[in-house]
Amino acid sequence: MEPLERYEPIVDDFDAFRAACERPLPTAVRVNTIEATVERAKRALEADGVEWTDREWSDEVLSVDTDSPGSTWASFHGWIHGQEEVSAIPATVLAPEPGERVWDACAAPGSKTTQLAALMDDEGLVVANDNNLGRLSALRFNTERLGVTNTVVVNSDARHFSLKPFDADERNASGSEARSQNFDAFDKALVDVPCSCEGTIRKNPTVLDEWTMDHVRSVAGVQKGILRRAVQATREGGTVVYSTCTFAPEENEAVLDHVLDAEDCHLVEFDVDLDSRPGVTEWDGERYDDSVRKARRFYPHHNDTGGFFCAKLEVDA
Amino acid sequence: MTDGSATNDGQRFDRLPATPADREVEGRASRREVLDWWDERFGVPPETFEDFSLWEKGKGKIWLLRGDLASPVDVEALGMTFLRTRQKHWKPTMNAVQRFGAEATRNVVELTREQARRFARGDDQELDWDGDWGYLVVTHDLAGGEAPLGVGLYVHGELRSPVPKGRQRDL
Repeated sequence: MEPLERYEPIVDDFDAFRAACERPLPTAVRVNTIEATVERAKRALEADGVEWTDREWSDEVLSVDTDSPGSTWASFHGWIHGQEEVSAIPATVLAPEPGERVWDACAAPGSKTTQLAALMDDEGLVVANDNNLGRLSALRFNTERLGVTNTVVVNSDARHFSLKPFDADERNASGSEARSQNFDAFDKALVDVPCSCEGTIRKNPTVLDEWTMDHVRSVAGVQKGILRRAVQATREGGTVVYSTCTFAPEENEAVLDHVLDAEDCHLVEFDVDLDSRPGVTEWDGERYDDSVRKARRFYPHHNDTGGFFCAKLEVDA
Repeated sequence: MTDGSATNDGQRFDRLPATPADREVEGRASRREVLDWWDERFGVPPETFEDFSLWEKGKGKIWLLRGDLASPVDVEALGMTFLRTRQKHWKPTMNAVQRFGAEATRNVVELTREQARRFARGDDQELDWDGDWGYLVVTHDLAGGEAPLGVGLYVHGELRSPVPKGRQRDL
């Protein structure tokens, strides 16, 4: 808990914040609309005696009264996926449409990848990248289990991501009715970066045991590199969503501030029907661009969730 | 199609040829044969896969991608694993059957809940079945309709459950 003390100046009702961080997290699932309607998934949960509760901000996210949603028929059929509520925010904010080309820069283990695919009705292309070969197997397991067919899995360092596998000349599709969808820039990108994970403390109470300021600084460097590459790889007018599960401004607003300066892009407002706070413009003697206030901070004591940070950027010419 | 050396390269994805006449790589299934197989074996109409392209990576492993890309593609995974070919009896994947099995009209066996539990655990079980031996679409009734559990193998009066370890559940 100790590393969280430094957030007292920026978190309202700090005692409630601290108390919420010590409570276990409610279990949430997302309905995989590629395989089932929300109605049918709910009926299947009921058949297993699992009670569900709608979450107002999302039609697909449900809280459930079981610790093991994986041990249900709904899960066996790939109709639901265990996913923390706030983790469903960034794909919802990115709102990819069927037919678009979307980059998921740090995709494993694939909860957000499969959510993107579902939002696109499994049409178009999701390029799911991760640099960690071990975690790719979890990603592949999840895309397959959830019946996703519009996703390509790539193993590379997102900071140096290459579009080469996708910008080849179109050739004859040899009898397939499907259209070639090669491209040279993404329509949208999701940048859900590796981070110090402070916001997951309710799920993983030991997450702060290894916390160091050095790690925060070094991972912030990686985050800047990944977000810059995402802006570069997205077409003019396209959207990039940046998210972390940490409270650290060094990994959140400071990263945005850096990339606003280095790349052609700007922050835009967005609405999620959950209680949130604006991004902070001052921290630890640093001042950030005023527009980082358009980012949203989600705190555990406001919605009874994990902690989360999310920002929406639009790519300029 | 230009397949270069015209041998199967297990490290990249190559789109399947449209028909056997277009085949350049020995032993590679064609799109038409794969779609005919789903039609003949399970009654899943070829139009079901109209918006998808088919690929081989790894010997005989067929992948299904929504849409299409220029072939070959050098990535880790392309859509979902769909079908195992280059063996006497082609075998659909559990995930493909869960996704498309609801379209099947033949070689479909519906289990009771208790039988479905055994299947989901990965247990083999005796079963009365008058139809073909071989791979079957296995379903049960769930939440207002038939729900495909996956692919089963029926031989010698027994339904075998090839549900992979990571997908087995005690329900």
